[in-house]
Amino acid sequence: MVKDPDDIIVRTVARFMIPIIQLFSLYVYVHGHISPGGGFQGGCILAASFILISLAFNIGEAKKILSGRKNLLFIGLGVFIYAFTGLVPLFVQGNFLDYQHLSQFLPLDPVMARYYGVALVELGVQITVMAVMISLFQDLVTAGRHESILKDRENGIDR
Amino acid sequence: MELIVSKFNYWAYIVMILVGLYGMMVKRNLMKKVIGMNIFQWSIILFFISIGAKKGATVPIIIKGTEHAVKAADYINPLPHVLMLTAIVVGVATTGIALALIILAYRRYRTIEEDRIIEALKKR
Amino acid sequence: MSRILGIMMVTFFGALLILSTVDFSPWSDPAQPAAVHVSPRYIERTIEETGIPNVVTSVLADYRGYDTLFETSVIFTAGVVVILLLRREKKW
Repeated sequence: MVKDPDDIIVRTVARFMIPIIQLFSLYVYVHGHISPGGGFQGGCILAASFILISLAFNIGEAKKILSGRKNLLFIGLGVFIYAFTGLVPLFVQGNFLDYQHLSQFLPLDPVMARYYGVALVELGVQITVMAVMISLFQDLVTAGRHESILKDRENGIDR
Repeated sequence: MELIVSKFNYWAYIVMILVGLYGMMVKRNLMKKVIGMNIFQWSIILFFISIGAKKGATVPIIIKGTEHAVKAADYINPLPHVLMLTAIVVGVATTGIALALIILAYRRYRTIEEDRIIEALKKR
Repeated sequence: MSRILGIMMVTFFGALLILSTVDFSPWSDPAQPAAVHVSPRYIERTIEETGIPNVVTSVLADYRGYDTLFETSVIFTAGVVVILLLRREKKW
């Protein structure tokens, strides 16, 4: 990392802003039912917080919080949550992605089952979008060579 | 004149789509081609969003207290918004893959100019 | 040469598109075909059927769940493809 005095301002502001950004992404996801928002937007904002860590500190700092393997797991987990929520109604003779049959597993009436089914599905979308955005950013910025670039930085080679 | 004033949204998207198409067809730099592709995508997105508009209507969120007598004319058309919400994210995905392919091309040929890549391909 | 050809093709394509706008309805017309067929049903019955006030969310994840499911898998595929194309390291 380049050592110059501007770093202090950027890092302090980033450290202050990152929790607020992550909280705001949760707000956008949870409030998506009654205001503009939802999985895609929340996922992008959550990914933006990790991208801000990568920009203000370095990619190694972001990977201490969310390692590459965990990120890959999240990419699949989101799609799995979505597809599994769709599969559950099949067990009680419903249609694929027909959330009102979730009321037989949860203590809800069919309308509220659809309400919370949508929330579950949006959670899956949010996780996938977040993980894919982070991995896209990290791979495209470093051309897929995170580790060797970090090692060069430690040895003082600036690429 | 009526054709232009009442249909200005279509004219705007046509100008954008032509800029994107020109960029994709004529520019020889792969990065500029990707930018052209993005402008093309966004012109389609703006076209769909402009279709959703209705005069005298508000955003498609049902106002609290009027749930029992919802009139469709009071809310703009939500369907283009939904389709374009997915299209935006798919656009990001295609842009990401395009950039990855450009990085691979640069690794192999050390250039992203189309002419030089074709020259290098002919030499092999 | 290719620039002139490109400008010619773009002009031709633009003329076709402008020709097609004659059939489109004016901007923000409440009676345009896109606004009268399927979306009124979504707007009028979203509260009674799903309880979600935001029509965009209910259409996105409930009425058109297939669309969003495969759209999510498109993002998944894009992420995996970029990883497969670019990563060159043993340790992640």
